[in-house]
Amino acid sequence: MVGLGLIATFLILVIKEQKPVFAFLLATVTGIIIFISLAGKIAGIVKILEHLAVQAHVNQLFLTTILKIIGIAYITEFGAQVTRDAGQGSIAAKIELSGKILIMVMAIPIITVIIETVMQILPT
Amino acid sequence: MPYNVDTVFQIAGIGIIVAMIHTVLKQMGKEDFAHWVTLFGFGVVLFMIVMLLQDLFTTIKNVFLFRS
Repeated sequence: MVGLGLIATFLILVIKEQKPVFAFLLATVTGIIIFISLAGKIAGIVKILEHLAVQAHVNQLFLTTILKIIGIAYITEFGAQVTRDAGQGSIAAKIELSGKILIMVMAIPIITVIIETVMQILPT
Repeated sequence: MPYNVDTVFQIAGIGIIVAMIHTVLKQMGKEDFAHWVTLFGFGVVLFMIVMLLQDLFTTIKNVFLFRS
């Protein structure tokens, strides 16, 4: 992975003087390849987590929500980095903001369950 | 771990060759044609990137949001 990054950086340095557009596309491709190869590793972790959750009789809603949140964070980070590479820092910040808001929306069921549990525990 | 690293070298080669062709055509005085060559190379590389991006999004969908 580090070798791929170094090779891509060198090639980008060579190309950037001639064609800056191709340098940007090269950076994007490098990011895509790194994220794809990382996704293969993360799949193993997710399988182990799912196995543990089934063994521990955890509610499936929690696991699915947490996995979706991780996925949203992953894809938002990728998009924001690509956009920031293209020189549009403000749009990257807005992508990150939308990712945070989507994570908040996904987390609402869990928060609701927690608050309901607290309300049941509290003596009325 | 190396998914398909060849794509990086392919795009770098396309970029260098397109830059060379652009320079040669500009020296020959065919400015218009040189810009078309650049546009064509950009389209080809963009197509490769879009295919890779679709692969990435499908992978992420399969890994994380496996049951919606």
